[in-house]
Amino acid sequence: MAKIGVIGDRDSVLLFKAVGLDVFFEDEGERANRTLHRLAREGYAAVFVTEKLFPSCQETIEEFKGQAYPAIIPIPDNSGSKGIGERTLRQNVEKAVGMDILSNT
Amino acid sequence: MAAIQVKPTRMELSNLKKRKKVAVRGHKMMKDKRDELVRRFIEFARQNKALREEVEEKLSRAMKSFVLARASMSGAEIEEALMYPARAAEVTAGVQQVLSIQVPKMEISAQEGFTYPYGFATTSADLDLSVQLLAEVLPLLVQLAEIEKACGRLADEIEKTRRRVNALEYVMIPQITETIRRIQMKLDENERGNLTRLMKTKEMLQQQKA
Repeated sequence: MAKIGVIGDRDSVLLFKAVGLDVFFEDEGERANRTLHRLAREGYAAVFVTEKLFPSCQETIEEFKGQAYPAIIPIPDNSGSKGIGERTLRQNVEKAVGMDILSNT
Repeated sequence: MAAIQVKPTRMELSNLKKRKKVAVRGHKMMKDKRDELVRRFIEFARQNKALREEVEEKLSRAMKSFVLARASMSGAEIEEALMYPARAAEVTAGVQQVLSIQVPKMEISAQEGFTYPYGFATTSADLDLSVQLLAEVLPLLVQLAEIEKACGRLADEIEKTRRRVNALEYVMIPQITETIRRIQMKLDENERGNLTRLMKTKEMLQQQKA
């Protein structure tokens, strides 16, 4: 059985405790990156990171890109979605197909 | 296209012809692989987009009522209510092969009989609502993680495969073709040289006899 982790600021991710996920409070990008790295090595299946911290975690994300686990996924925080998840998806599509085919369908 | 520098011999020629055959076959297979990958990827990407929109919408709603809950309860009360989960959520993590690319396959253990991890005495209704919304969105969140990861891996693989296809199509195969042509010409030229030499000697021999 694998675990799921959540990284984000206290106000946004405290709620995830209630449904039994492992929550880690981080407010600052560099520390979040380190926590994420630790979780990835400890065999978490998925780690959800708030959009605010997601950009500063790129280093770890790149490192684990070539493996099936963990899946590192951006989630909106309590100030709403900033569209980072959408942008990641769009980048993938562009990389794969050569152009953005999702935007106008 | 610059030809590969090899000695113009029959040996090299037959080797190159073999290599070209392999390259052409490899190119065809790579191309098929790329097409199939793209097809699968588009399916995944569509799913991913729909799922992400749904998750973000629901998650925002849960977050919003959590903000309300925070406003109506003291920080300590909220911490107390949430810090001890009813049970840890766990997923079974497997691996699925999509065209021999490993993508994650996660399944969250069913959470039947959802219960609140706290008593109702000190908590507000907004907190109940946000916890309930989050519990509803959790399976979707796991599914999103699975699909988004798969998407990323497929995109990487497609890029790699496309590079290989292009390298074969525009570098390897033209290079080999050019080299084969060059060796062929050189060999033909030698053959002609030899023939004229023979004819010349024969002529000289006949003149000597006469």
